[in-house]
Amino acid sequence: MIELFKQKKSLQFILLLVIFYLLNHFIVPAESNVLWRLPPLLKWFPLYINDSIGYLMFEWWPIEVYDPDIQEFEQKPLVSQFTRVISGFILFQIEFIREIMLGGAKTVVTFSSWDWVTANPWARMPGLPWTVIAGGATILGYALAGRRLALLVGLSMTYISVFGQWEPAMQTLSFVLVAAPVSVFIGLILGIWAFRNKTVEAVLNPLLNMAQIIPHFSYLIPVMVFFGIGDHAGAIATVIFATPPMVRLTLLGLKKLGPEVAESGMMSGCTNWQLLTNVLVPTARRDILIGVNQVIMQCLAMVVLASLIGAKGLGIDLLIALNRLDIGKATEIGICIVLIAIVLDRMSLAWANKQTDYFSSLSFIEKHKYSLLFAALFVIALGLAYVGQFIFPEGFNYLYIVPHNKGMSIAIYLQSGVDWIWDTYFFALKVFNEWLILSVLLPVKAAYLGMPVIATFTLFMGIGFIVGGLRVALTVGALLLFIALTQWWDRALITAYLMSVSVLVSGIIGITVGTLCAQNARSTRFILTYCDTFQTFPSFIYLIPVMMLFGITDTAVVIAIIVYASIPALRYTVEGLLSVPETLQDAGTMSGVNRVQRWLTIELPMSFPHIALGLNQTVVFALSMVIIGAMIGTDDLGQLILGSLSDRNGVGNGLILGVCVACIGLAIDQILRTWANQRKQALGLN
Amino acid sequence: MSTQNATSLSDEPVIRCDSVYKIFGDNAESMLKKANGVVDAAKFQAAGCIVGVNNASFDIHAGELLIIMGLSGSGKSTLLRCISRLTDATAGKIFIEGEDILKMNNKQLIELRRNKMGMVFQNFALLPHKTVLENIAFPLQVKGVSTQESVKKAKEMVDLVGLTGREDYFPRQLSGGQQQRVGIARSLVIEPDIWFLDEPFSALDPLIRKEMQDEFLRLQSVLHKTILFVTHDFDEALRLADRIAIMKDGIIEQLDTPANIVLNPATEYVRKFTEEVPREKVLKIESVMDAFDPLESMSDFTVPHNVVIETVAEVILNSSKPVTVVDDAGQAVGAITAAKIVHVLFGSHSTKGSENAS
Repeated sequence: MIELFKQKKSLQFILLLVIFYLLNHFIVPAESNVLWRLPPLLKWFPLYINDSIGYLMFEWWPIEVYDPDIQEFEQKPLVSQFTRVISGFILFQIEFIREIMLGGAKTVVTFSSWDWVTANPWARMPGLPWTVIAGGATILGYALAGRRLALLVGLSMTYISVFGQWEPAMQTLSFVLVAAPVSVFIGLILGIWAFRNKTVEAVLNPLLNMAQIIPHFSYLIPVMVFFGIGDHAGAIATVIFATPPMVRLTLLGLKKLGPEVAESGMMSGCTNWQLLTNVLVPTARRDILIGVNQVIMQCLAMVVLASLIGAKGLGIDLLIALNRLDIGKATEIGICIVLIAIVLDRMSLAWANKQTDYFSSLSFIEKHKYSLLFAALFVIALGLAYVGQFIFPEGFNYLYIVPHNKGMSIAIYLQSGVDWIWDTYFFALKVFNEWLILSVLLPVKAAYLGMPVIATFTLFMGIGFIVGGLRVALTVGALLLFIALTQWWDRALITAYLMSVSVLVSGIIGITVGTLCAQNARSTRFILTYCDTFQTFPSFIYLIPVMMLFGITDTAVVIAIIVYASIPALRYTVEGLLSVPETLQDAGTMSGVNRVQRWLTIELPMSFPHIALGLNQTVVFALSMVIIGAMIGTDDLGQLILGSLSDRNGVGNGLILGVCVACIGLAIDQILRTWANQRKQALGLN
Repeated sequence: MSTQNATSLSDEPVIRCDSVYKIFGDNAESMLKKANGVVDAAKFQAAGCIVGVNNASFDIHAGELLIIMGLSGSGKSTLLRCISRLTDATAGKIFIEGEDILKMNNKQLIELRRNKMGMVFQNFALLPHKTVLENIAFPLQVKGVSTQESVKKAKEMVDLVGLTGREDYFPRQLSGGQQQRVGIARSLVIEPDIWFLDEPFSALDPLIRKEMQDEFLRLQSVLHKTILFVTHDFDEALRLADRIAIMKDGIIEQLDTPANIVLNPATEYVRKFTEEVPREKVLKIESVMDAFDPLESMSDFTVPHNVVIETVAEVILNSSKPVTVVDDAGQAVGAITAAKIVHVLFGSHSTKGSENAS
């Protein structure tokens, strides 16, 4: 009997569920009952963080600093001086790029003074006409991947200009153009360091795991404290958020090379530096550039959120529009962000996939055709902008720049379209909405909140134990314990409820739709393109349509999460099914399986470890969306994090809340990953 | 070539290994110290160590081609990497032209590799972002040779390996055989004295492999490098080597000339390899001939001493008298009879037991 029990995992799971049910049934819900809720023993921790950061910033290690305004030396703390220098440095770069695109005087002021600029108006930097930037980007697109990309880039840039979003779009872009290279640089260095030094890798790995799951908001709060608010703070938060994937992909790319490449370099007599710059990094070029692509995507995902701490650009406009429930405007801006995201994504991918060609025997013109083309474009566009002065004598010179909100707008039509949907489908939407909230969401939420803490621990640690033994059980337990000891266990349960409902639906959608689409080459291509495209959308964008349809309710949040989180489930299902070896398929065919048998007995078991990793990603996606859902109005951890953004002493709370969210993600990650790896090993897929 | 070696034997060996051990694992060194030179692979494995090379000692002389033969996991590549110091040996001494390379610092090592060593890799290990010419010129470039000079040198190498006209191709545009030619050219561009080849032809198709082996022999007949060649292919080893070291589980089972290995396998393991070998294709006349007896009546024709049996078997087998074996100068150096040929080719198969006893 006991032998049978040891072998059959299903029996173990059944026993676990029985215990879980009994615990749920018999534990008395009372505040004083330790089995019901653990006491918030970690309550002091956020306050302690606040105090330490305050001390670090404003008291620790005072240094003498010369203040040019009062022409005297002053005592100032080291750290705040240090962060101020970094802020100034980054702000200068952002301003510099911004003024190339839009014109201005701040860069010149940095080297002179406001008085000087006022006295010499000619010194103001003129911005480039939008036609130059749009045309230049089109040429770059053509150079990277030919006509189709050029068309996409050209049309997107034109859309942005014509719809009067040029100014904020360029502000956003300038911000990305600073944050992305910095992230790439830091990521590259850390990745290489981790590659060369096992200890560094061991230290970085958990940090990277953590960084991927901690919600965006949580990064904003400490950055705000250390660096103040403004574009630079947004850029710094973005850098912190965007660097981890770069580190990961650099490390992955370098590891994938195999020992022979490095050995060949060493036997050629390379010094360490030559080995790195001439052999390793160029050979891992593709993976590293995929990392660059990821960085750019992360930067754009941060754009809207960075505006919460003062970054200028499309993000702040989008936030305002959403706050006013101006869906038409929000959609227009949203499309701009999406277009920029898609354009940058496709361009950086094209760069990664581009193989350098050898131009040894080409003429000067052929070698430099793109630069020459750009030079010609530059002259023509400047000419056009000059002529534009006379075409539009009063008002705006549209050939130079289309001022903010003075372009075309279809916001009114979009708004009336939304109104029409509301009028026509009001009852259908309302009925669905009410049904979902009353019959599904609220009961589930109540069930989650009615779960004694001991039951939750038993369930999760039990699953961990059955799947991966004592080690996994203890890891999961430790992660949960951290949350349970803060005062936010109930909020965490709400986050978990939103997440698990959505992950369940996303998973079902992902696996079924993915399976159906994988049946045929054309639909496979379609669904992968769909995933590629929708994945580039900054997560915030998903809130626009759901708010339009369902207003400010939990339904809206859940639907947004489902749409967003089903992407990885879909992708991994399709990829997993496609990776089933051909010979196995043939073996199945020769054994005479039918379609359903093939799926159930061959494809699904073989691809399920990969799909499980997809579900893991789904959890990560869902968590990040749950937190962003706070913008719509939820009552979970995200709402508290959002709240601590505007709280003077919010750092401690914000950080600990972020770590709580990460703990949920890591606990599930731990279980799913262990299981997937075991299955992979058992199937010999590694 | 083996006669050449005999003359240079008195000289200092180019490469000398003295009880080299390579053991992977955290506590390899302390384990080795305790073991006192007697390494039992099974015991080490139980302690979490893997024995790569177990007490390897041998010399390689100038112009000699030593092949290390072994199956995967036998430690042959590890031994090669110890000698090129791509990995550090756990214990023992390795001398390159009298200098202990285990004592060299990084700078000396780079200097040594830049001037004395070249290496060819199993999977070519070409730089994908550089053209054929740039790949070949790479060792010169890292050394600091001027671009003009290194391009000129690289062009010579391109001609040497027969890739003329493909200088501006990228590795991905070449076939496997062509890629390995680039690898060979790259390893030779600095004119090294010592040439390491790590299973250079294993990733190639059989026909191409044969072609590359011929190419390799042609190059060596021109260049006379000191070569350490690793392979898992016994036929390849017999075909190319001056001497063969057969490795198993990190131990060198036998180190001898191809003929001696085929005729007198030292261990059961080696004998298994030699069983299937077509001897007439491997053994040269000189390795099976008897002493020349001027009193004996000989047949009218002679055979050269350094050809494989196969090429002259018909003549010898059809002759009723012993055939004279002559050296390059036409001097008689031995005699061979049909009976001896028959015995060498078929004797061991039919009367295994008594053969061993005698």
